[in-house]
Amino acid sequence: MTALTMSARPGHDTDLRPVPWRRMAWVTWRQHRFALAGVAGLLGALAAYLLFTGLRMHHAYAPLAACHPVEALACSNSIIDFDTVYWSTAEAVAVFLQVVPALIGAFVVAPILARELETGTFRYAWTQGLGRARWTLAKLAPLTVILAAAAGAFSVLFSWYFAPFADQGMETRLPPLAPLVFDLHGVAFAAWTLAACSIGALAGMLIRRVVPAIAATMAAWAGLALAVGLFLRQHYLAPLIAHNPNLPGSAWIISSWYTGRNGKPLSQAAVSQFLQGYHPAAPTQVGPNTLQTNLDPVGYITQHGYQYWVSYQPASRFWPFQWIEGGYLLGLSVVLIAATIWLVHRRAA
Amino acid sequence: MNVIEAESLSKHYRGTWALRECTLAIPAGHVAALVGPNGAGKTTLLNLAVGLAAPSAGAVTVLGGRPAGSRAALDGIAFVAQDTPVYKNLSAKDLLHLTRNLNRHFDMGYARARLDELGIPLKRKAGKLSGGQQAQLALTMALGRRPRLLVLDEPLANLDPVARHDFMATVMTAVAADGVSVLLSSHVLAELERVADYLILLSRGQVQMAGQAGDLLASHRMVGLEELALAYLRGPSEVTR
Repeated sequence: MTALTMSARPGHDTDLRPVPWRRMAWVTWRQHRFALAGVAGLLGALAAYLLFTGLRMHHAYAPLAACHPVEALACSNSIIDFDTVYWSTAEAVAVFLQVVPALIGAFVVAPILARELETGTFRYAWTQGLGRARWTLAKLAPLTVILAAAAGAFSVLFSWYFAPFADQGMETRLPPLAPLVFDLHGVAFAAWTLAACSIGALAGMLIRRVVPAIAATMAAWAGLALAVGLFLRQHYLAPLIAHNPNLPGSAWIISSWYTGRNGKPLSQAAVSQFLQGYHPAAPTQVGPNTLQTNLDPVGYITQHGYQYWVSYQPASRFWPFQWIEGGYLLGLSVVLIAATIWLVHRRAA
Repeated sequence: MNVIEAESLSKHYRGTWALRECTLAIPAGHVAALVGPNGAGKTTLLNLAVGLAAPSAGAVTVLGGRPAGSRAALDGIAFVAQDTPVYKNLSAKDLLHLTRNLNRHFDMGYARARLDELGIPLKRKAGKLSGGQQAQLALTMALGRRPRLLVLDEPLANLDPVARHDFMATVMTAVAADGVSVLLSSHVLAELERVADYLILLSRGQVQMAGQAGDLLASHRMVGLEELALAYLRGPSEVTR
């Protein structure tokens, strides 16, 4: 190619086909394989731990699940023993897993653009023939999809591990909609990982520096997770309201209150004052191995003409809630990634 | 064909004009030196030309009317930014592959031969190379794309004299072999004097003077570009006198 032929055919290749996407796949893999290996290492180590402790736990739980009748003292005592041994570990695992999506988003995705901008390599990357919008899309889309898929696979393992504590037959179990576990099951864990990744991508582009972008991603993710867990999730579908209920333990209680004889809600202070007169009787033996506890303040109150109300989400709403949460987190992620690409496209250096 | 054409090009940054009403046409086939003091707007002009920045007003096109930053424009331009940023954790070989995969054309044979000639080991991480080698590597990545226009922002600023000489030798070899047009910026004209045959003098965000070096010298009865530029930067009235 010479200057002569160039000037003789100005713009002759302006409409030729763009750089194929598959070449970009090599670039993404080559530049982020260590970060992906880090995630694989983290999730792999956690998976090995869940598998190891999970097998022992399931082995210990098998006779309990078969114990009949469930109300029998022997059964409930073994359940209590089982919980004593295994619950604290399972709870610690669940608490730690809450932050795993944020760790992935902050430490894998947030630095992608932030490091380019911090070290100046964007001046190289964004002036190549591929074009910077395509470059950004070709990095962010496969990485976030791979990370979300890995998280989704991991949550299947977690659901298996956690099954003894999600056993619907046991009254003492966490409701499946409870904040500690809802977002680790079903599609929610993958969706939260996707959301954390897209928050990281946008934070990296906006903040342009690695460490602050990581911090901002964690903060934004925590804000979103708290807002959803504490305020938003309970309103996905209008809660059911029950009156003097005998709800199964699997129901997620949103709130409860008392109304007086006139139908007006009672203040907490009034309820406490009324309960001063309540003296529970000692447990009575009702069967060879069954004790009847007489600790029933709700029963005491309702016997005196007050009403007890509960608003709750039944366990049957688990999957509708999963799809609702997964759906809007997916939507949010698409919007954030699109915004990031738009900013890269528009950005003035 | 003009490799760069700017029409009332302006760029506003946080309350100041980095570039103001800049109109310019650089014809193909030159080694053009963009010269001016620090803060004159050289980097801004180059960033606008390669599409890293968007103009506040006016327009800039490259390679015969392609909008700056468009895919057609990027296809024919190779840009080496100030301080030659490369991914320090990648080997020279990986950086060549990276560049090949990010572009429609890449002459891997040329690039490898260049690095071989320069004694840059393919397996070594870019971060472990000397400053001069990193600059040569970045230049090789750019030239391997067989661009029609090579844009270099302060390419010599952080190089020692030997590395400067070698760097410019690589550029001039490509000019002789491929006929690539070159636009390079510098705040030191002395080192460009021997290679540049087109001069754009930028000061306070405005083009003070632009033209072929020979014509400029003849019309101002000056012997060297540096002398001419100095005179202009002190005050255009002294030159026209």
